[in-house]
Amino acid sequence: MSCTVRIASPLRSYTAGAATLAAHGGTLAEVLAHLEQRCPGIRFRMIDEHDRIRPHMKLFVNHSEARELSAAVRDGDTVHVICALSGG
Amino acid sequence: MASTVWIGTRKGLFALRAGRGSWKLAGPQFLGHIIHHVIQDPREPAVLLMAAKTGHLGPTVYRSTDRGRNWREAAQPPAFRPVTDGETARAVERVFWLTPGHRSERATWYAGSAPAGLFRSSDGGERWEPLAGFNDHPQRPQWAANATPDGQFLHSILVDPNDPRHLYVAISVGGVFESTNAGRDWTPLNEGCAADFLPDPNAPYGHDPHCVVQHPLKPDRLYQQNHCGIYRLDRPARRWQRIGEAMPKKIGDIGFPIVLHPRDPDTAWVLPMDGQTVWPRTSLDGKPAVYRTRDGGRSWRRLDRGLPRSQAWFTVLRQAMCSDGRERPALYFGTTAGEVWASGNLGDSWRCIARHLPQIYSVSHAA
Repeated sequence: MSCTVRIASPLRSYTAGAATLAAHGGTLAEVLAHLEQRCPGIRFRMIDEHDRIRPHMKLFVNHSEARELSAAVRDGDTVHVICALSGG
Repeated sequence: MASTVWIGTRKGLFALRAGRGSWKLAGPQFLGHIIHHVIQDPREPAVLLMAAKTGHLGPTVYRSTDRGRNWREAAQPPAFRPVTDGETARAVERVFWLTPGHRSERATWYAGSAPAGLFRSSDGGERWEPLAGFNDHPQRPQWAANATPDGQFLHSILVDPNDPRHLYVAISVGGVFESTNAGRDWTPLNEGCAADFLPDPNAPYGHDPHCVVQHPLKPDRLYQQNHCGIYRLDRPARRWQRIGEAMPKKIGDIGFPIVLHPRDPDTAWVLPMDGQTVWPRTSLDGKPAVYRTRDGGRSWRRLDRGLPRSQAWFTVLRQAMCSDGRERPALYFGTTAGEVWASGNLGDSWRCIARHLPQIYSVSHAA
């Protein structure tokens, strides 16, 4: 499966500034593994050591929020990586 | 010898470099990142390690091999091991503390995290492994059962200069712990420390050390600034002595940092804060002052020349005060109000060398 990953600005130091990347995988876990191969270190900033999405990160597949890395990704989908933060 | 004072803040990394009679502020690097600790490697002075995260992103460690000009992220940052069914899955929320290993172990580093965890790198900080002897100790769930509102930190990782296998660590609301076998096993070391917030005044653990330091030339001499007082311990004794009792009663002996004279084990500096009622943790009465002992804590002298005389309500956090390690050391501290203060005369007088920075978390000197 081929998809597009939209990268939030706090993570673009890992993507050489790219806001979108093409990636492969049938699940979010596979997409992130592919992303990690291309951009070493990026996964751990989003996902903790127990494969949980970090508290201030949100992952969407198209318009649906994915709360588990087992979420399916289909050909042509867009995965959105969103950072949620408030306060000063 | 060129001097750099590294300033880790809530919003990035800054450097103060000594010039002719003045200091030049450089940075920020990593603007927007939360910098908890920056430490030079005394075994390889061009190397620095930095503990960082952002508000969104997970915690990590960066390494510089060119005195802080360029940084590269660790390939494997500190992380707890995978869990088996039924176990609580702890995740590192922040890397809070960094300590270089023994001089005979040139590539070894230690890191402390929140929630309380201990990690070791054997390759200069590139790849980190959880130290199972501590993180999986059968009593660890009891030792680290509680947390302060800002999290539960493991800090003050001390490596005995005379024995690389002899380690100390401290946990905020956990206590001080000692290992004599390179971290394979640990025992609490809190006898004599007050824990006014615990129902059992003689509890073996659960105390709240804020900062524990070991004298480099006399490693059996430990000092501790605790949530409940200032203490000294001369090993092999196991009972801490409350040397803060000699502080003026109206000042008390509550604070975060404690800094030692690098050559004189009897000289130390603290920066008291207000620990009354709801614990404001600001300068007492808005009048900041450093206190110095030159006799191992039997007496203390107030040092406030140059510091604001009134209406200064800052806090100095545990990693935010240091010496430069020289024969006659210069002293530095950074405040939660974004100021850096320096003293070139053992604390007798102070001057502000930087202001308007973000909230300062750590101040460290690099030669």
